[in-house]
Amino acid sequence: MSAPSGTPSRILLPGLAGMGAAFLAVLLAHGTGGILLWLAALMAWLLLWLANHHWSAVPERAPTALARAGGIGIPFLFGFTLLFLWEVICVGLKVPTVLLPPPSMIGARIAGSLPTLGADFVQTVIRAVIPGWIMGSLAGFLIALLCDRFGFLRRGLMPIGNFISALPIIGIAPILVMWFGFDWQSKAAVVVVMTFFPMLVNTVAGLASAGHLERDLMRSYGASWSRTLLALRLPAAMPFIFNAFKINATLAMIGAIVAEFFGTPIVGMGFRISTEVGRMAVDMVWATIAIAAIAGSSFYALLVLAERRVTFWHPSNRQK
Amino acid sequence: MRMANRSGESAFVPVATITALIVVIWYLACLPMNADLPQLKDAQGLGNRYAIAWALERPVLPSPHQVVFELYHSTIGTRLFRQTADGMVLNPRNLLFHAWVTLSATLVGFLIGAMLGIGLAIAIIHSRVLQKSLMPWIIASQTIPILAIAPIIIVALGSVGLTGLIPKSVISAYLSFFPITIGMVKGLSSADAMQLDLMRTYNASRPVTFTKLRWPAALPFLFASLKVSISISLVGAIVGELPTGAQAGLGARLLSGSYYGQTVQIWSALFMAAILAALLLALVSLVERLTLRAMGGRP
Repeated sequence: MSAPSGTPSRILLPGLAGMGAAFLAVLLAHGTGGILLWLAALMAWLLLWLANHHWSAVPERAPTALARAGGIGIPFLFGFTLLFLWEVICVGLKVPTVLLPPPSMIGARIAGSLPTLGADFVQTVIRAVIPGWIMGSLAGFLIALLCDRFGFLRRGLMPIGNFISALPIIGIAPILVMWFGFDWQSKAAVVVVMTFFPMLVNTVAGLASAGHLERDLMRSYGASWSRTLLALRLPAAMPFIFNAFKINATLAMIGAIVAEFFGTPIVGMGFRISTEVGRMAVDMVWATIAIAAIAGSSFYALLVLAERRVTFWHPSNRQK
Repeated sequence: MRMANRSGESAFVPVATITALIVVIWYLACLPMNADLPQLKDAQGLGNRYAIAWALERPVLPSPHQVVFELYHSTIGTRLFRQTADGMVLNPRNLLFHAWVTLSATLVGFLIGAMLGIGLAIAIIHSRVLQKSLMPWIIASQTIPILAIAPIIIVALGSVGLTGLIPKSVISAYLSFFPITIGMVKGLSSADAMQLDLMRTYNASRPVTFTKLRWPAALPFLFASLKVSISISLVGAIVGELPTGAQAGLGARLLSGSYYGQTVQIWSALFMAAILAALLLALVSLVERLTLRAMGGRP
């Protein structure tokens, strides 16, 4: 090899050329098609793969901009490749849109139906997911404190909680829809039940995670249960609690959407998915799924940011 | 459920107490929950009202024994097989038939998902490009409500003529493969650096290092993620039965129960799903214990 594989030109040149070829292929796919399209697509794929191959070989700690950007750039390039292959294959091979619509069609649908998608988002995420997530997590946390205070409760509730965490809790959705009506209240209730147990189990585990030495120190200070809790054991439990928050964020989205399959007013993400699937309007379904994915991962990202703020002392968050 | 925790004190008495407490609260809640039903409007006397509330036909909240009786009647109390023109088939009135429909989709999906997940993890730990490009997406995919895609998979596969078991298994498979991939990538890279160095001094090839060191080191991670996966595989199969319009399976029983207000049917389907989940978990735990014992690990 004449140059080490990490030099910028060996990444940037094939990367940019690959992106160019990819755009050309997309244009050709929407236009005439033919052999030129597949040549361009193949070129784009090879070039992008080559760029990623060289980029992955750069040592992570190398003091260059490319090494620092690699954590985002490599997966971005990979995602771009997948998206472009999806578009070109769907359009070029004329895949039936029922099977899989191309990303451009989904994007156009999102842009064209913003009011509907916005109303669905408010109904599902703002009204059901977030209140349910807060109430369920809070209830799990409070019961976990009780469990911590009263050992009998902990020994009785923990095996049950662990067991219920493994059950298909989503099945209570039809019952709660019957109890709380078709509107967002029943969805929030499903979310409450689904998020309760992960928080309970994780908080109890977290409260037990403070070190013996530190606890002995608190005892030698004569600190009360509540003082020990606030000063030592809650901070020590924070990584566990945030873990539960993150698990619950995904569970809450799933719970609210699936609960809407069992009956809703005529708005909401789950409603949109189940009715538009019935009408074979798959672009709308995929648009809703895209919004749900964006909402879910932004929710998660916010939690990760908050976690870094709160548990800055934890080894996984310390500056390396 | 493990009945004794690490410090040796038995959990049986607390668990039994809490369970009994839940059942008592459930029985007591039957009256206030059902109080608005017409059968209870004119009833007088607390004992009388409770007697009615525990035996309603379509209660808002059925009493525990109603659910247990329904479970009994719809499994053991109903004929399992039925004579048709094609010979003996499973009787769709029997809940075990629906449980089997869901269980088969769960197991097929779980097996596909497990093999895909392990295969992908093996590819990822051996390829730097894949590790850096694919892994962030797999982790990110955990944050999206992936179950929302279930209806579209049913419809898309239905449009190419695939119905019944396969679409549900596909949903179960893609739900269960992510945790296995993540767990196995962790597990396969969990081998001690010293031992990896030792393998290198032996000049061991990649396949040998894999079978003798990486794979055994990954097994505890494998079983931990298999336990997560098999429960969500069951959830996937149940949710996969919702959009097809309630033909067969536990999800279909839930949906038809909610259409026709058959609360006892919903509860018994729910209990059956819980029993299935417990059995599947117990099965994975059993395989785990046998494997670890065969490898000489302490239980």
